[in-house]
Amino acid sequence: MTDIQSPLPGTFYFTPSPGEPQFKNSGDAVSEGDVIGLVEVMKTFVEVKATASGIFDRYVIGNEQPVQAGQTIAKLT
Amino acid sequence: MTIKRLLIANRGEIAVRIIKAAKTLGITTIQVYSEADETMLAVSMADESVCIGPPPAAQSYLDIDVIIAAALEMKADAIHPGYGFLAENAAFVRAVKDAGLIFVGPDANLIETMGNKIAARQTAIAAGVPVVPGSDGAISNLDEAVGVAEVIGYPVMIKAAAGGGGRGIRIADDEASLRRLAPQAQAEALAAFGDDSYYLEYVVVNARHIEVQVMGDGDDVVHFFERECSLQRRRQKIWEEAPSASLDAETRKALCESAVNLATRVGYVGAGTVEYLYEEATGRFFFIEMNTRIQVEHPVTEFITGFDLVAEMIRIAGGAKLSVRQDDVPLNGHSIEVRINAENPAFHFLPSPGTITKLETAHDGGVRFDHFLYEGYTVPPFYDSLLGKLIVHGQNRAEAIAMLHAALKSTKIEGVETTIELLIALAEDDNVKMGHFHTGWLENWIEKNF
Repeated sequence: MTDIQSPLPGTFYFTPSPGEPQFKNSGDAVSEGDVIGLVEVMKTFVEVKATASGIFDRYVIGNEQPVQAGQTIAKLT
Repeated sequence: MTIKRLLIANRGEIAVRIIKAAKTLGITTIQVYSEADETMLAVSMADESVCIGPPPAAQSYLDIDVIIAAALEMKADAIHPGYGFLAENAAFVRAVKDAGLIFVGPDANLIETMGNKIAARQTAIAAGVPVVPGSDGAISNLDEAVGVAEVIGYPVMIKAAAGGGGRGIRIADDEASLRRLAPQAQAEALAAFGDDSYYLEYVVVNARHIEVQVMGDGDDVVHFFERECSLQRRRQKIWEEAPSASLDAETRKALCESAVNLATRVGYVGAGTVEYLYEEATGRFFFIEMNTRIQVEHPVTEFITGFDLVAEMIRIAGGAKLSVRQDDVPLNGHSIEVRINAENPAFHFLPSPGTITKLETAHDGGVRFDHFLYEGYTVPPFYDSLLGKLIVHGQNRAEAIAMLHAALKSTKIEGVETTIELLIALAEDDNVKMGHFHTGWLENWIEKNF
């Protein structure tokens, strides 16, 4: 298991924009550097990228939920 | 119908500013806050406070029903919207009125008119206010376009009538380039929107952003002179001053009178700002829009005129008439405001929320710091990055810049990244000192210096 953490505090999104499919689904191959989600911090959107390669397991934070810096947002296997 | 209990439907530094103004009028203040803002300064300063929901603004500061319910529950008789959030939302203003409350600002129809680009432009034309010259309607014939361009003057912007997102936009410097570029713009617009008609609009080269502060009571309108806000990054003003160093007395008079004419024509009530593009080379100014609220940069106007604009707009909302006649509005010295944001200029201006570990500010005469910070306060990540506004008032522009530089040097905000170093460098720049800039200047300067 690898944890992907948010580098910044803010509001977490796992889709590029409302109504679009989520960035990753369970079973997707993930390469280091892939965009896993977005964090909205002070009206600016910052991409959260995978820090390792692996197979996507799940998001552990809901869409549009508050997130702390360093908090795990997703898990890879 | 004097206001007795005022609900502040905003947060941050402007909430603090409104509470201070209301207190001078003896009004009881009621501060709303989201779950992320329970510890903010305005909550502890207000007489009463009420939680309006979760951190995201859409579920708190932008939720009309929740704010109206809070106002009724707290027995407020008026709501001040500040700037941003619901300040220029006509549906909100109607909801406030329907609930039997006073909105501190103009009425919903007026906000709607000024919020609509075409309606605002037509209103300006009817009031005799110059607007950016352009074609009256859509064009699809090249010879017609050349004729129109001759009347409005080059350079012209070719904009797809059905446009958006910058697609189909070209700038032509003369007839030859118009004849070459218009067909290209048409083809691009046809492919993107299925419509090849376009508008032409005069391009104000190296425009300065100059705006006029007005205040109306429904019968009369006065102006409080102009502010220049040309130093912008991504259309966000960073440095604002009053008066503008680029206007002569005659142009200033014409500009300010045109803003009064526009506000008078619509029977303006409350504080408003008429924004213009100013073409320094020719001395021409062109209306772009009117903001129907108090502006972030209002303190520079308060410094040069000596008026409390926020208190005045609350008094007027309570039914009072303007407390001043035009001839009694003075213009003294020069004032500059800079916005200190929680951003890292050395790293893409990345926002930097966090806990303030140290706060030191200088408050000598002629220096004002409008902010919402205290040591130990955690700036939440959910709202904008403005930490505070440092404002100085000198006898002239050179003295104001020197005062600003000294005040910035003695301002210490630790625990978060800030734009203070960038502002110090700006205050040291020769072009800034000479007033040689326009709305595109700052982004180039940042690229070279940061």
